[in-house]
Amino acid sequence: MTTFIFDGSMEGLFCAVFEWFERKPGPIKLLTIKQHQPTAFDVLFEVFNNSAKAHRVWKGLSEKLEKGWTRRIYCAYLSEQPDTFQHLFDMICYLFQNPKGAEANYGNEAVLHVAQMARKVEREKHRMEAFIRFQHTADGIFYCGIDPDFNVLPLLLTHFKNRYADQQWIIYDIKRHYGLFYDLHKVEEIQMEFKNITNRTQPAIQSLSEKENLYACLWKDYFKSTNIPARKNMKLHIQHVPKRYWKYLTEKQLDH
Amino acid sequence: MSERIREKLSILADAAKYDVSCSSSGSTRKNDNKGLGNGHNSGICHTYTEDGRCVSLLKILLTNHCIFDCAYCVSRKSNDITRAAFTVDEVVELTMNFYRRNFIEGLFLSSGIFKNADFTMERLLRVVKKLRLEERYNGYIHLKTIPGASEDLIREAGLYADRMSINLEMPTESGLKLLAPEKTHKEVIDPLKLVQNQIVQFKDEKKLIKNVPTFVPAGQSTQMVIGATPETDKEIMQTADAFYKNFSLRRVYYSGYIPISNDSRLPILGSQPPLVRENRLYQTDWLMRFYGFNVNELLNDANPHLDIDIDPKLSWALRNLQFFPIDINVASYKMILRVPGIGVGSAKKIVQARKFGRLRIDQLQKIGIAYNRAKYFIRCSDSPMQLREYQNTQIKSFILAESQSKYLKNDIQQLILF
Repeated sequence: MTTFIFDGSMEGLFCAVFEWFERKPGPIKLLTIKQHQPTAFDVLFEVFNNSAKAHRVWKGLSEKLEKGWTRRIYCAYLSEQPDTFQHLFDMICYLFQNPKGAEANYGNEAVLHVAQMARKVEREKHRMEAFIRFQHTADGIFYCGIDPDFNVLPLLLTHFKNRYADQQWIIYDIKRHYGLFYDLHKVEEIQMEFKNITNRTQPAIQSLSEKENLYACLWKDYFKSTNIPARKNMKLHIQHVPKRYWKYLTEKQLDH
Repeated sequence: MSERIREKLSILADAAKYDVSCSSSGSTRKNDNKGLGNGHNSGICHTYTEDGRCVSLLKILLTNHCIFDCAYCVSRKSNDITRAAFTVDEVVELTMNFYRRNFIEGLFLSSGIFKNADFTMERLLRVVKKLRLEERYNGYIHLKTIPGASEDLIREAGLYADRMSINLEMPTESGLKLLAPEKTHKEVIDPLKLVQNQIVQFKDEKKLIKNVPTFVPAGQSTQMVIGATPETDKEIMQTADAFYKNFSLRRVYYSGYIPISNDSRLPILGSQPPLVRENRLYQTDWLMRFYGFNVNELLNDANPHLDIDIDPKLSWALRNLQFFPIDINVASYKMILRVPGIGVGSAKKIVQARKFGRLRIDQLQKIGIAYNRAKYFIRCSDSPMQLREYQNTQIKSFILAESQSKYLKNDIQQLILF
């Protein structure tokens, strides 16, 4: 079996599809450069990025699929999971080989995988919309650092831009080393350098604005008061707010 | 200053928590004035309390002073509790600052009745007007309609709120008479009708004129307390059904009564809230709204109560085995929805996928149906041949034996001999 190697970008993925249709090598294995371990007997094919080719594939897809499905393909790509790249590749090839409407075939393994992975990514995006907790810093910017399972920052942009149109904010992906900064007019991608900082999800206490502590305190109070102890159900609680997200949540931090 | 506001927030959030309505969905309000906040159509739950309920709104009372003495309510006049009241500015400031930090999706504002209905409603109106007009706040607002407030005030409030609600409190008029002699269902029905008519009227105008302001875009809801009075599940769900139909309500909430008083008319202090029953009622509610069930199919004179050990959909299927098994590859969408173990999402996927070839068990499992439950009610292309037909009691015991419901932990299984 031939192994296709691409650089892990969306453009690279589309170019791989293009090259496959040009060569028709039969079933292939798709790997990113990072994953690839050279072996003795594999036939290798390295995919070179070419934006014209990628654009043709994307255009073809957009004509075949309705908007909901192009978004699903994008979401599944953002999952950055190795097996999802393979399934995406298989699905796109399957779509081009069949008449319009083939994406409804949930009996096909690749189609179902992409649909389910897209759902997972959307869920992570929705959780970030819910669990991000801004802290008001002394220089007037609302800051929050996150490390989501999937690369959901591009999906969050519109929501936060529309919602917090009258305040400056930064959402920073600590794991992937980039963030979004809104300066009251537009959103920009930024990169920051952290020096000697251990906890990057929250700014240091001394750099917070004056009233920040009060509102954190009030929010914790509210969280306690609104609970009904007679109905306690920790299993359900943890199901809704998995422990890996607790580090973001103001209401889950211990009192200073 | 900060100590006082902390105390107030604790008292007034505590008093508001028995109102279970939490949804923040359905708002189409857009941030078009470069202010703060933008509606999110499906709503967002920002956190969950330890009892597993979602927190999406800052749910508070303006005050817990009240002139009424309803036996089921913590804020009743005769109850000896600390009383407090927010000022308009305090509520506005709390809402804005919580919203800015992405703590909440919006404000849920209710109130005890002080002086009279109009005086209270007028205060609530001042809060929402200040938020919308002065602070340019476009987040969600859920406002309580105060029973007995004047029509003009209710109409004006509807221009600023996203959802309005008014609680039925008890599922039947007789139950309400028993616990809150000063209240009637009519007091609830009139404002519901008024707001409903306004919503329809604004929608009609919107078709003709483009710039009609929104009026309660997320609709109305109501709440009933369950288990405080001896109503049957049938009575509860029929009331709910009638309110869904007559007032196009978005939601009816069922709140299991949590004992808070020594009143002899009510369950004694310390008794468990009816959590399982509440859960079964919500399941029935969903079956009515999303699964095409009629309330009389699920609850009727022969079955006035929902089963506690199995869910209402399974219970219906076991009573109506003559419709099953159905063939997944040919049955209508409507019938597939009625199979226990298949939800709306899976049913839709099945209907689409079967156009490409007959579906097998492994495909159904991957699509996400609860196959171990559904297998007694369906046939697909590789279903094993079955020589004998099972009785409904047998199917029930098979399913119960496999299920890991948290409700059944202490249940004693009765022996089945045949």
